[in-house]
Order: sequence, then C-alpha cells, then structure tokens
Amino acid sequence: MSLIATRDGFGDEIVALGKENKNIFVVDADIGKSCKTGAFMKALPEQHINVGIAEQSAAGVAAGLATCGIIPFVVTYAAFGSMRMVEMIRQEACYPNLNVKIACSHGGVTPANDGASHQCIEDMGILSTIPNMTVIMPADYNSARKLVRAAAGKYGPVYLRFTRDAIPEIYGPDEQFEIGKAKQLRDGSDAAIIANGDTVRLAIEAAEVLEAEGVKVRVLDMHTVKPLDVEAVTAAIEDCGKIVTVEDHNIINGLGAAVACVAADLGKGQVKRIGIQDQFGQSAPYERLLAMNGITTENIVVTVKAML
Amino acid sequence: MQDISVSELKVIANDLRKKVVTMIYKAKSGHPGGSLSAAEFVTAAYFREMNIDPADPKWPDRDRFVLSKGHVCPIQYAALATKGYFEESVLDTLRKEGSILQGHPDMKKCPGIDISTGSLGQGFACGAGMALAGKRQGRDYRVFVVLGDGELDEGEIWEAANVCNKYALDNVVVFVDWNNLQLDGTCDQVMPLLDIGAKFESFGFEVWNIDGNDMQQVVDALDEIRERKNGKPKCIVGKTVKGKGVSYMENQVGWHGTAPNEEQYKQAMLELNGGAV
Repeated sequence: MSLIATRDGFGDEIVALGKENKNIFVVDADIGKSCKTGAFMKALPEQHINVGIAEQSAAGVAAGLATCGIIPFVVTYAAFGSMRMVEMIRQEACYPNLNVKIACSHGGVTPANDGASHQCIEDMGILSTIPNMTVIMPADYNSARKLVRAAAGKYGPVYLRFTRDAIPEIYGPDEQFEIGKAKQLRDGSDAAIIANGDTVRLAIEAAEVLEAEGVKVRVLDMHTVKPLDVEAVTAAIEDCGKIVTVEDHNIINGLGAAVACVAADLGKGQVKRIGIQDQFGQSAPYERLLAMNGITTENIVVTVKAML
Repeated sequence: MQDISVSELKVIANDLRKKVVTMIYKAKSGHPGGSLSAAEFVTAAYFREMNIDPADPKWPDRDRFVLSKGHVCPIQYAALATKGYFEESVLDTLRKEGSILQGHPDMKKCPGIDISTGSLGQGFACGAGMALAGKRQGRDYRVFVVLGDGELDEGEIWEAANVCNKYALDNVVVFVDWNNLQLDGTCDQVMPLLDIGAKFESFGFEVWNIDGNDMQQVVDALDEIRERKNGKPKCIVGKTVKGKGVSYMENQVGWHGTAPNEEQYKQAMLELNGGAV
C-alpha cells in the first residue's frame, strides 16, 4: 500500500478544477507551498491570490470574491483556518451563506513534530457549530481528490481538513464519493466502527484483526462530519447496536460526539469514543501522539471486544 | 456618475438624516451618532458617484458599497429607500421581527446590500475581495468602503489595506468617518489613532484629508479620485462630527447607540426641518 498525504490530493485536484473553471480561485496565506498549492500558483496565476500571513483578511477577501461569482479556496493550516479566522468565516461566509471553501492541511496531530501550536484537534467541532457550514475530512489521497471536487460543486461554505503526514491509500481512483454519505468499507453486525480521516486505516486494520477472531464489524468512513449521515449511523445502531468511533480530533464535539447524539436521539445503541483525550499534544512522532490518546488498532480491538 | 449639484445633495443629506432619526425613534434602538456623521459621504456616493441600478441590485457591473461600520446601517437604509431599492414605508420596520432591515446589514434580506457586516473590521477585506474580482474579471466597477475610526483598531483593517496596495486596487475608495468618538469614549482615550491619513499613505493609498461633513469637499475629493486610475487605492479621511445635524447629539459619546425619546425626537426633527436649535 503506498503512502501519500491527503494535502497532496487537494493540491492535485485544485489544479485540475482551476483549469476546468476559471472561477476557481486559491487564496493563500503564505503557506501555499506547504499546503500544496504550488502547482496551482504556477499554472493559474490569474486565479491565485496570496494575502500574506493574514488569515483574517484571507477569509474576508474570499467572501468578497464569492459575492462576485468566484469560488475561492482559502488555504492554510487547520489551526489557523479554523480558529484565527473563525469569526470572519462565521460573519462573512456562513451568515450570508457565500460559496467560500476553507481547505486546510495539518489536521489533527499529523503536524506531529511541529508541536501543539500546529496540531489541530478542535477545528471540526468549532466549524460544525456554525450554521450553513459543511465539514469534511477525507481518509486518503483519492477520496481527498473526489471530495475537493464535490466541495467545489456544492454551493455554500465548506471546511476541508487534510493530513500533513503521509497515510495509506484506501480507495482506487474511480471510487465515487458524495458529501454527507458515509462509505461502508466492510459489513458486519457484531459492532460498527465509525471513523474518519487518517484513522479510517486503523478502523480497517482493527476490523481485520477482529474478523480473524470471529468478530464481524461494519466499518464506515464518515468523511463528512456535518451534515452527518444520520441514516448510516441509524442503520449501524439498528443492525449492530455497539458503535466505536475513531477520530484524530478531540473527543469533545467531533465525530464521536455527533454519532453519540444520534444514539441519544434514538434512545438506542451504545457508543464508545476513541479520539484525542481533551489534551494538547507535544512534539513527537505522529504514531506516538495517536498512541498517547489510545488511537491505535489495538485499542480499537480491545474497545470493541469489551462491548460485546 | 449622476449630474446633481452640491446644493441638491445637501437637501438629500438632510432628508436622509430625518429618516435616520425617525427610523431609530420608531425602532426604539439603533445607532444615530455614526449614522449622522457619515451622511454627506453616503449621500454623495449613492446620489452622485456610484453607478448603480435600484431595479437590478445584483447587476454584475454595478459599483459596490461596503458599510464596514455596519451598525450605522440606518443611513444606508435611508439612502437605499430613497433610491427606490424598497418602499420608504419599510424603514418603519427597522430592527423588527421579520424585517429586511436587520440591526446590522444583511445582504440576503435587504436589496442593495453588497455584503453583510456588523462585526467591526471585517467589511474592508470583503470590499478588497470585490475589487480584486473586478480586476481579474475585467469589470470596470468601483468599491466604496465606509470605515469607522474606531474600527481602525482592528488588525484586519490593515491586512486588507495591504491587499489593496499589493494588488493595485485603484478601484477601491475608502472613506474613514473620523468623528473621533467610539463606544467607550473618544478615540484618543480608547486607542489613539495618530495621523490616519499618514497611516493610509504609508500603506500605499492616495489620501484626501477633508471635512467629511462639508458636501463640497466630499464631492471635490470624489471628482479628483474618479480620474485617477493609477494603480493606487484611494482613501478619504473625513473629519466629521458624531451626531451631526442634531444639536444635542453632536459630539456626545452617549448618542452612539441610543434612541431618542418623543421629546428628543420632536426637537431633532424641528432642527432638521430648519427650526430653532
């Protein structure tokens, strides 16, 4: 299995989109090269803007562009794209429901050795609470490409979160994705593992281990946190009863919380959340940071078995 | 640009002031002080300078108007109603449930609003984005941005100024309504602004320092700006009087966000109708 970061999927797809549609713009904030917009900058300079290290005006400029029929992708790191400019996103993109996309690399703990300032564990929760916003984290390179394309084609504000670090490819290039529709990667009725982003690979590995032990679990790639695929979650609760969620995000206000809300509304099912334990990270290897929070194949297996 | 005299513009500005005071009196809330200080620029922009069509508020080639200090929307609503974007009777619904006239401008509800504002410091960057879109799309429109003096405290204002300079947005016309009062006190008390014109000059703007309540000076500045397609963004720093036109509101920080009572309303209308001060 080859390894590639999902920020590369964004970088490759945005160039393709920009060549097809002259209204696709990139608004960089001086970390374009790191966020993989270098090729776009070179190929499509008339559709590229760099506002400097100034995320707040990046969001505002993007909103202004959007009022003129342009589809701007504001590109930065997740920590800055979700927090430095969150009020501009709320006021100038979400409130007027403008066609602004926020595309962020360095999601979760993937900026590992950069330390806690650059790791971002709060973003999807923060953005999910704003009306009109769509929140997406693809699980691999090919799904990143497909979901970037889908985001460009969906009217309204969308937040996309990518990995800095390389992760395994899960999907082939022809796989189809729809915003708000989970991808079922395996079926089973003993339990379900609902994951997104860079943890989907761990969910698949855990399901393989469990299957070898005779436990059949369903695995869902919940790439869209908002709007959540309530139908798929409901079906998992109805069919499996036991749900384990996995995410490279704070367990507060992330995927696990969203899934638990569905179970609470139904008054059915049992949900266990695996994710960042409401604590800041540190400079350390990516896999170590995940392990410090129990985000491992082994812990997913143990957690599922404890529920059976 | 429309052919209209300075004396006619003065009459319109006075009429807009009356609408502002009436609207806020009926709503029992709103921001009269900064609405009144900006009246000359708003009038000159809407009734003389801007290329707009009230029958087609989304016309792609229209000039844009960004009220970055969105809380003074009563003066913009008064201008829009007078221009015919909506019925003047709608002004009576300001800040009421279901109204198109929200407490701060809402582009999805009110025709003629080019961007929703209300959180200070944010509108300017949106205006820069509109101007940049015009340049990239080869459209000839301009973007008129009204900034409050107090919102110059916000860092995003200067980020947006950088964008105007870098991308040579000579289609941006900023008006700074320098009435020198913000919510908690004078600008000097809250956060000294020093020389606003010099600041904008150092950010690459061409600057006009004028009396922002003198219609002739506003018109003269706009006349000069119109012909200057030289790659430099424009800034008019208008020294103004907060509450201008209503004697008891003038230069009173307490009239930032207060509605007049019945007696005060009558007095304001008497003065604006040319009666005794």
